Amino acid sequence: MAFREYKIGARLFGLALGGSMMITLYMPSLNIVSVASTEIGLRKGLAFGRQSGFSYEDPFLQGWGKPLVVMLKKDPRTGQKIEPVYAYVYKAGVPFTSAIRHPRIMGKGVEDLSLDRGRIGEANEDNGAVFIVSEGRFEGKTVSYIENATATKSWSPEAVLKTGGDANTRHVGAGKTMFTREGCWWCHTLLPEETQDWQVFGEPPRLGDFNSESPTAFGSDRKAPDLLHVGSRNSSREWLMMHFFNPRLVQPHSIMPRYDYLWGEVDADGNKIDYDKWREEYNDYNDGKSIYPPAVPIPASDSEARYLLDFILNLK
Amino acid sequence: MLKYLFAKNEDIPPGTAAVYFGMSSIIWFVIGTGLGSFNAAKLAFPDFVTGSLLFSFGHMRQVHVMAVIFGWISMAFAMAMMYITPALGNTRLWSEKLGVWNCFLWNFGLSLALTLLWAGMSSGREYSDFPWFIDLYILAFIGIPLGINVWMTIIKRRTQGIYTTNWFFGASVFMVWIVLFVGNLPEYFQLTGLTEAYLTWWFAHNVLGLWITPVAAAIAYYTIPKITGNPLYSHRIGHLHFWSVVVFYSTPAAHHLMSAPLPEWLKSFASVEGVLILVPAIAFVSNLLLTMTGKWHFFVDNVETKFTITGVLLAIPLNMQGGFQQTRAINWYIHGTGWIVAHAHLALLGFSTFLEGAAVYYGLQTILRRKLYSLALANFHFWFLLIGFATYWISMTIAGLIQGAGKIYEVPYIDVVIAEHPYMIARWVGGTMVFTGNCVWLYNMWMTAREGTKIPEGRLPHELAYER
Repeated sequence: MAFREYKIGARLFGLALGGSMMITLYMPSLNIVSVASTEIGLRKGLAFGRQSGFSYEDPFLQGWGKPLVVMLKKDPRTGQKIEPVYAYVYKAGVPFTSAIRHPRIMGKGVEDLSLDRGRIGEANEDNGAVFIVSEGRFEGKTVSYIENATATKSWSPEAVLKTGGDANTRHVGAGKTMFTREGCWWCHTLLPEETQDWQVFGEPPRLGDFNSESPTAFGSDRKAPDLLHVGSRNSSREWLMMHFFNPRLVQPHSIMPRYDYLWGEVDADGNKIDYDKWREEYNDYNDGKSIYPPAVPIPASDSEARYLLDFILNLK
Repeated sequence: MLKYLFAKNEDIPPGTAAVYFGMSSIIWFVIGTGLGSFNAAKLAFPDFVTGSLLFSFGHMRQVHVMAVIFGWISMAFAMAMMYITPALGNTRLWSEKLGVWNCFLWNFGLSLALTLLWAGMSSGREYSDFPWFIDLYILAFIGIPLGINVWMTIIKRRTQGIYTTNWFFGASVFMVWIVLFVGNLPEYFQLTGLTEAYLTWWFAHNVLGLWITPVAAAIAYYTIPKITGNPLYSHRIGHLHFWSVVVFYSTPAAHHLMSAPLPEWLKSFASVEGVLILVPAIAFVSNLLLTMTGKWHFFVDNVETKFTITGVLLAIPLNMQGGFQQTRAINWYIHGTGWIVAHAHLALLGFSTFLEGAAVYYGLQTILRRKLYSLALANFHFWFLLIGFATYWISMTIAGLIQGAGKIYEVPYIDVVIAEHPYMIARWVGGTMVFTGNCVWLYNMWMTAREGTKIPEGRLPHELAYER
């Protein structure tokens, strides 16, 4: 490095690269940090849990350590009828979503109300907790915030799960993990574009819709329809079930892979699924040798197929 | 390789690390393009190998991408650095042993990482799909040893100045550390939301802009003057290229998210900077093409020049696309379509692969002191790469325009899928041609090492005639 020019060059290099890091990292971070979470953002964070990609609790993306979404029509403590509410149930040991762990990321107002009125600071991962999304006023504006129903209403995770029952429970967090692991987002985006997607795929997301979500899995290569609001377009569990098992059953021109392997060994009744037989019968149907395709087995309540169905149907 | 891991540094023949890196990179290229061809087949024929978790598209797509980026492209870069950096400093590689270890840990780590990724252990972030402990492994055992070796070789050089190629090598090995560290911050520290989304594309942009593009260009700065015997046309245009890469290429990350809800100023800024990428691009292309003055017959006669100049020429459409497709005026139409896939392959399979191919062809012959086994096979490789790539690029560009039209006219999506089908088949054919060409290349290079004509002391490989 004998030349003076190289010393000047090295400093200029530091200045140039430092300047671009300043503009592309520091300055956007000031903006992004100031974004207050919307109701959608809070609900997504609560439903998906801490992490939908690789994590300590779920290294192979099996859907372990994820919260459950329960639709409640009765107060689980008193048994009285209430307005239907979505409760986000974190059983004991399930890591909380980042918004609970670091309330700061929810942004001004949302953080304040969640801590003061929602009492999320009292929630404890070791004991588990139930969260709901509520509305309040902050500095003259209506703001959604997270309420720790375990503290404010004495709802325990067990009581909520029991009151809701399996029929009202959605494995949305585990489903997002399936969505990540199976690479649904390599073809389906979660990002309607601002310029032209309103009519078909619905409203594009807003700045505060992601505050506690990781990974966001927007997708970059749309080989298939956008899914951000798919649950509003098509809420048929049966249609989606057939579509996952073999997309050609409901859409002959689809190039989507079959996800029959997410059904696992047995169906909802505990009967072993005979995939070879199913494929044989399907091939006969496909070749015109039989009129009807074989029936698609109903996924077991703890199968990966069920997780994914729950997640997709929850994309409203 | 294993016998050199524990040998004394002095006992390892110079160039050993480069040879290992070169051969590894070709093998990874065969694996990566094989996976690519397999994936393309699944898009053309969705029931091809169906109903199993490991062979589903969603599990294999990222393995293809990571195998070609970290296996083929980056190892070919390491190969180029291991022999070009010392050659330009009139010295030996600072530590051949570190280079051999680097190659061993690279192959080991990448095999493990891709196996885990294939099994589903993913961070769910495009281009930074590896989980965070793999990212740290890549930084600690791949990026840092490589950077140290390159830097120490440059510092211990026996020439007075530093040639253009080595500016780029030295700067890029440093910048890629920063990119690997900062780009994966969301995984280390569980950053969420827009921060995660933005940093994902910050990483994806900068790993291309501050690692793949400048290092590939640096190779051309070496091979063309070396083989043709012409000095570089302009040192000053080289300066312009270098500084504009650092300033303009490091800033447009947000243009990958033009339709996402990011701050508007950031998108506008990124878009303007994105157009300014044309500055380094034009500097690079003009400098290299002018260096060829009077020696254009090498483009026909000489395999390495053929590869290099093809890569340089492909930089023209690449940067014309890259500069303008990210402006709001065009991006709304082609965002998220096959056009982008075509563009990404123009960058990695077109522009950069041809430059790395030249480095590996030339380097292996020089270090092994063996003339290339077969010119015919090398030409076969070249044309299969080029025609395969062109088939891919054209078909995906058309498919992208169909998707774009379908998007803005709000055509039912399935009609777009039907319209794209022939182009998906063409894409698979193109990808398979690339894979076939690479299998031939591996054979050719293997035979070169074993049976290529010995190059006498004091001669360069391109000065010798082919025997086959």
